[in-house]
Amino acid sequence: MKLTLKVWRQAGPKAQGKIVDYPVSDVSEDMSFLEMLDVLNDDLVRKGDEPIAFDHDCREGICGTCSLFINGEAHGPGRGITTCQLHMRKFKDGDTIYVEPWRAKGFPVIKDLVTNRSSFDRIQAAGGFVSVNTSGNLVDGNAVPIPKQDADKAMDAAACIGCGACVATCPNGSAMLFVAAKVSQFSLLPQGRPEAKRRALAMVEQMDKEGFGNCSNTGACEIECPKEISLEHIARLNREYLVATVTKE
Amino acid sequence: MSKLDSKIPPGPIDKKWTYHKGHARIVNPANKRRIDIIVVGTGLAGGAAAASLAEQGYSVKAFCYQDSARRAHSIAAQGGINAAKNYMNDGDSVYRLFYDTVKGGDYRAREANVYRLAEVSTNIIDQCVAQGVPFARDYGGLLDNRSFGGVQVSRTFYARGQTGQQLLLGAYSALMRQVGKGTVEMYDRHEMMDVVVVDGKARGIIARDMVTGEIERHSAHAVLLCTGGYGNVFFLSTNAMGCNVTAAWKAHKRGAYFGNPCYTQIHPTCIPVSGHHQSKLTLMSESLRNDGRIWVPAKLEDAKAIQEGRKSGKDIPEADRDYYLERRYPAFGNLVPRDVASRAAKERCDAGFGVNKTGEAVYLDFAAAIERYGKTQANVLKIDKPSKEKLRELGEGIIKEKYGNLFDMYENIVGENPYKEPMMIYPAVHYTMGGLWVDYNLQTTVPGLFCLGEANFSDHGANRLGASALMQGLADGYFVIPYTVGDYLADDIRTGPIKTDTPEFDEAEKVVKGRIDHLMNNKGTKPVDDFHRALGKVMWDKCGMARNEKGLKEAIQEIRKIREEFWRDVRVPGKSGELNQELEKACRVADFLELGELMCMDALDRNESCGGHFREEYQEMDGPQKGEAKRDDVNYAYVSAWEWLGEAGKAQLHKETLTFEEVKLTQRSYK
Repeated sequence: MKLTLKVWRQAGPKAQGKIVDYPVSDVSEDMSFLEMLDVLNDDLVRKGDEPIAFDHDCREGICGTCSLFINGEAHGPGRGITTCQLHMRKFKDGDTIYVEPWRAKGFPVIKDLVTNRSSFDRIQAAGGFVSVNTSGNLVDGNAVPIPKQDADKAMDAAACIGCGACVATCPNGSAMLFVAAKVSQFSLLPQGRPEAKRRALAMVEQMDKEGFGNCSNTGACEIECPKEISLEHIARLNREYLVATVTKE
Repeated sequence: MSKLDSKIPPGPIDKKWTYHKGHARIVNPANKRRIDIIVVGTGLAGGAAAASLAEQGYSVKAFCYQDSARRAHSIAAQGGINAAKNYMNDGDSVYRLFYDTVKGGDYRAREANVYRLAEVSTNIIDQCVAQGVPFARDYGGLLDNRSFGGVQVSRTFYARGQTGQQLLLGAYSALMRQVGKGTVEMYDRHEMMDVVVVDGKARGIIARDMVTGEIERHSAHAVLLCTGGYGNVFFLSTNAMGCNVTAAWKAHKRGAYFGNPCYTQIHPTCIPVSGHHQSKLTLMSESLRNDGRIWVPAKLEDAKAIQEGRKSGKDIPEADRDYYLERRYPAFGNLVPRDVASRAAKERCDAGFGVNKTGEAVYLDFAAAIERYGKTQANVLKIDKPSKEKLRELGEGIIKEKYGNLFDMYENIVGENPYKEPMMIYPAVHYTMGGLWVDYNLQTTVPGLFCLGEANFSDHGANRLGASALMQGLADGYFVIPYTVGDYLADDIRTGPIKTDTPEFDEAEKVVKGRIDHLMNNKGTKPVDDFHRALGKVMWDKCGMARNEKGLKEAIQEIRKIREEFWRDVRVPGKSGELNQELEKACRVADFLELGELMCMDALDRNESCGGHFREEYQEMDGPQKGEAKRDDVNYAYVSAWEWLGEAGKAQLHKETLTFEEVKLTQRSYK
C-alpha cells in the first residue's frame, strides 16, 4: 500500500519543530509500524537526508521504550498494544497518518519523536520499592502465603511498562496511572505494607514536582494503556494517599 | 603461555562456595565509601549488582544505553526462573538442578560454577518475594511452579508470561532506591565505548552521552560488564534492537579473553520471518511446549499444498501428521532441550516439510490440549454431556488463562487466530552461551574487570536450559559478585580516587573519537543496516544451526569482505554531537563485523558437535542415535578462550581444560 506520513521533526530540545510530509510506498501489511518507519529511514539515509529519530528497543511490547502518538492516539489504533506491536494491516492504502511524540510537560522532546522520560525514574526513586537489602538469609518465599486474588491483582498493576502513554493521552498530562500502578502493586502485597503510607506520599510529591498535572478521572489513560491497567488502581492510590495524609505523624 | 586460572576453590563440590565466601577478604564499611565501582548494563545482572554493591556501601556508577534502567532486555524473558526449592516434592534438589544444567549444557560448563548457581538459586526466589515480585501463586497462597524443557521436574517460578519483566522491575526498584539515596549515580542513554586499563588493571571507561554526543571519562577501582549477549550479530534475533557486543568486544581488545564465541542458542519456538523488512524476531515462550504439540505433515504432497496455500493445517488428518519430536524422543517428547528441538525442526524443513510459503515453519498445535482441558473443566463445573463447542470453549478458556498474552502477541504479528489455527513457529537466534572468559570470581583475564550474566561465558556450557538465564543473571548480581569483588578490592583501600587526566585515558578517548570521526566523515553510500543484514545472512547460513568446515571457511572470507566494504562505504548522516541513532548502530555493527569472524574461527576449531554447536561432519552416522550430535570428550572437553592479537581475524586460542569430578560424561540422550 501507499501512505502519506505527516511526521513531527524537531532538531533538538530547544529547536522549533514542525510536521513534515513523507510519502511511502510498497508498505506490506505484515510490517510493524516501526518496520515501516525503518524502511522510510533507510530511504532517507540513501538520499542523504537525516532519518527520523524515534525510541524503540525490544519490539515485542514489553520494554516500554517505544512511544509515538499516531493519528491522535497513544500507541496508535488498537487496544492493549504498544506501537512496536501495531501492524500495518490496521491501515489501508491511501491513508494519511500523523506521527507525533508524547506531548507532556513531564516529557520534554529531545529530538524528533524522542522524549525524555527520566521523570518516571525519579518518581520511582522517591518510593517505588520495598526497603529490603540483598541478603541470602531472608525468610522462605512461602513463609507468608499471599491470597491468589491479591497476588493476581498485584500482578495486574505490576504489568505497567512505564511507557508514558497514560501521561501523553491525559488532557491534564497527569501521571496518576503510572504512580497508582506501583503504589497499588506494593500495597496489595504483605511485603509492601509497612511502607505503604510513606510510599504513597513520597511518590505523589515527586510526581507533582515533575510538573505532571492532576487527575480528573477522565479515564483516557486506562483506554490507551497498552497493558490495560485499570482505574481501580488510581482509586487504591487515592485511598492510600488519603489515609497517609490524615494519619501522618 | 596460558594464564588461565579458573581459581576453583578446594574441597568437595557442595562446600566450595561456602569455603570461598569464608576465605574471601572483606573491605570494611568506612573504606567501601572510598571505593568506586562502575557497572555497565542494568539488566538482571547489572541492576542486581549495582543495587547490592551500593547497599554494601560502595560508591557505584551505573550505565545503560536505554532511556531508563528499567528497559534492559532481561525484561523480555517470558517463561520463568528456575530454583531448586522442591516445593512440588517431585525429587528436585540443588544437586539435580546442578546435574540437569551440566547435562543440558552438553558437558561444556565448569562444574564448580554451575553448582554454586544451583546453590544460590533458592535465595533468589526469597529475595525477589521480599522485594514484592508478584510471582504466580496457587489458591493456598503458595508459590506455583511449571515445568520447562530438558528436565523432568517442575522447578520454574513465573509471573504470567512476564517473569523477566517482574524480576527486572524488582532489581530496578532496588537500584532506584539506591539512586534516591545517592549511593548510585545513574547514567542512562550512555554507551560504553572503551575500557581504560592502567598498570594492567581496569580503572575506568570511556562513555558516549547519546543525547549530547559528548565523550566522557569515568574512573573506578573496578569495572563490571553486565552487558548481555551478542545474538544481534545475526541481524535477526529475539534480542532487542539495541543489544550489542560493544562493551564486551572493547574489553576483549583490551586484553579480556573471549570464551566459547561459537556457542549460540537457537530457540525453537519463534514466529517465522515474514519478509525482507523484518527487523527482529519474536519469541513464543518455551512454556508453550508444555501444552502444544509440534508437527509437520507426514506426506510431502500435503506440505507442498500448504506451502502453496491450497491446504491449511486443519485439513491434514491425524494419521497424516508427523509429531516428529514425540516420534524421535519418546522420553522427553515436545520438551526436549532447545538445541535438539531446533535442529529437529530444521531437519524437517530442509527435507521439504515446512508449513508456510517460505517452507521454514512447523506447527505448534494446541488442539489436543484444548480438548483435554475442556473435558477436565467440564468435570470441575459438573457440566453433563457438554457439546463439542462447549468443550472447546472451556478448553480455550484454560489456555487463555495460561498463555493469553502470548496468543494475543502471536495474533497481532501474524494476523491469524492461534486458538483456531495451529501456530507456526521456526527457530531463531535467542541467547549466546559464549562471552568473556571469567574465573570463579567472575573476573576476566584483565584484573579488576568483571563480567556478569549473559555477557560472560560461564554457566551454561554449550546449551542453556530454559528459565536458567534469569537465574544466572540474578545469581551473579545479587549473590556472587558482592563477595568476589570485595576480595579483589581489598587491595585498593589505600589507592584513593583514580585520576582521569592520565595518558591511558587520553589514549582511550583518542581511539574512540578517531573511530567516530572516521564514521562521520566517511561519505559512503550505504546505510549501516545493509552491512548488518549481509553479515547476519552469512552468520545464519554458515555459522547458525548447522556448521561445516567448508562453509565456515567461506564465511570468514565473506565477513572480511563485508567489513572492508563497511569501512569504505558506510554512510552515517547527521552530526556526532547530538542524538544520532545511525552513528550508534554503526559503532555497534563495526564490532559485530569483527566478532563474527571470531565466532567462525571458534566453530572451525571445535571439531565436534555439542549443544548449540552442531558440526555436520560430526554426527552419529548409524544406529539408534543416527543424526544426533557427536561430542568428542577426549579432544574437546575444554573452554576456548581467545586472546586478541591486535587485529580482527588474528587471535590466539587458550584452553581451559574442563574436569568433571561429579558428573559422568555420557551421550546426552533424550530418547
